[in-house]
Amino acid sequence: MDFITQVINGLGLGSIYALVALGYSMVYGIVQLINFAHGDIIMVGGYSVYLVMVIYGLPVWVAIPVSIIVCALAGMLIERVAYHRLLIHNAARISLLITALGVSIFLQNLFMLIFGSDPKSMPTIFPAELIKLGSLELASSTVINIVVSVLMMMGLQLLVDKSKIGKAMQATSEDAGAAKLMGINTNKVVLMTFAIGSALAAVGAVLYSNTYPQIKPDMGNLLGIKAFIAAVLGGIGSIPGAMLGGYILGVAESLTKAYISTTLTDAVVFGILILMLLVKPSGLMGKNRKEKV
Amino acid sequence: MLSVNDINVYYGAIHALKGLSFHVEEGEIVSLIGANGAGKTTAMHTVSGLLRSKTGDITFMGESIEKMEPHRIVRLGLAQVPEGRRVFSNLTVQENLQMGAYIRPATQSREVDRDLELVFKRFPRLKERRRQQAGTLSGGEQQMLAIGRALMSRPKMMLLDEPSMGLSPILVQEIFSCIREVNESGTTILLVEQNAKMALSISNRAYVLETGSIILKGKSSELLDNEQVRRAYLGA
Repeated sequence: MDFITQVINGLGLGSIYALVALGYSMVYGIVQLINFAHGDIIMVGGYSVYLVMVIYGLPVWVAIPVSIIVCALAGMLIERVAYHRLLIHNAARISLLITALGVSIFLQNLFMLIFGSDPKSMPTIFPAELIKLGSLELASSTVINIVVSVLMMMGLQLLVDKSKIGKAMQATSEDAGAAKLMGINTNKVVLMTFAIGSALAAVGAVLYSNTYPQIKPDMGNLLGIKAFIAAVLGGIGSIPGAMLGGYILGVAESLTKAYISTTLTDAVVFGILILMLLVKPSGLMGKNRKEKV
Repeated sequence: MLSVNDINVYYGAIHALKGLSFHVEEGEIVSLIGANGAGKTTAMHTVSGLLRSKTGDITFMGESIEKMEPHRIVRLGLAQVPEGRRVFSNLTVQENLQMGAYIRPATQSREVDRDLELVFKRFPRLKERRRQQAGTLSGGEQQMLAIGRALMSRPKMMLLDEPSMGLSPILVQEIFSCIREVNESGTTILLVEQNAKMALSISNRAYVLETGSIILKGKSSELLDNEQVRRAYLGA
């Protein structure tokens, strides 16, 4: 029973990785950019919740939509200010990557300047309870994480498969030039992708601060890297892949903590990444992209 | 209908189009022929907005389009069937066709469905494979899909870039008779081809492009008899 509890706890943690991984994966799928500032969007989301609930004393149902909107706008702003000109001029990937790192450093320092570098403790977002399922005892946050992440993924998949913007995203991701010839405004598609990915990161931020009620300006670093690993593990560009990668990573962490050593968890996570890159670099559900000549 | 005046296009230091000018009148089939690297695809991409010209101007139906974004140009009624078909291989045949109708508003969904059936009638093989991923189609079927996809936007003018590329002679015949049908139903055609014989046989007028400039132009029937064209492009 203890083992099953650990697995479920791992899924709870993995749900957060998964939500963040979706953003990495979507953006990569559309513009082949690894948006290293994406992890910091979680931090922006965390501080938005903090600001609304602690500074303004407003209830949680105000804080969540505010955080989602702030993150979506931040994502769009980052695309417009930092990446847009590089993208339309087909800049080298390394330039994009360095820009992404720059944005990440900028965001962390901006928030350090405004809020200070010391951690802030978060108020209760959802009341913590123990949920009993037969002989299993689970924290309510774990159950919330899993349920919310699954709902989000289903919603996203529906959006991508059925909506007009979703179809435009699929077309742009496969062949941006051909998509333009269909009359698709690919600039808008890119912007929407950043908005949606960042909104999902905001949800991740809410779940994260509910599970670990503390925020600080550099909280996005490790969380972002782990979510990125989840995206690579699942196959970057694939929505179900990002989710699967997140869950696997969460479970691996949780089991390592329980049965091996708490200090080794990060080593195991990065070990999984190295192993995956050696065995199947395209990821579990990734497609082998054919290189255009 | 389409008029290209004195455009100069560069790829970095390479001067790909040197003062290129041509025009297409409503209802015509005009072909642009030339060897590999003559600048035919560059000309296509500049018209559809994927590439920019440094100087000169391009007008379509009286509107200046040389600085317009590609997705806006499509909305004016100028559709392109790109070189190498470029169908969306992960989407199904039907989804590809629906993508072609992307610019049409939801209020037209009934007309879009009707046009879909028209495309299926024109290309019965696409109907058989409507739920199949486009990447699994043969080259000829992909070309049909690319043409069908362009038709779905109800263009006033269609640009076709090397539709015969990589196809067997029978399929080339089929594709070309389809192009003629599209033209007869009221769509103006600008055709870019390496297969000069086929292109000249269905077009009204033609331009011969060599290293970025037009070296010959005229009625296709006359160019077919032109000694220079025969030697360089018809292998006679």
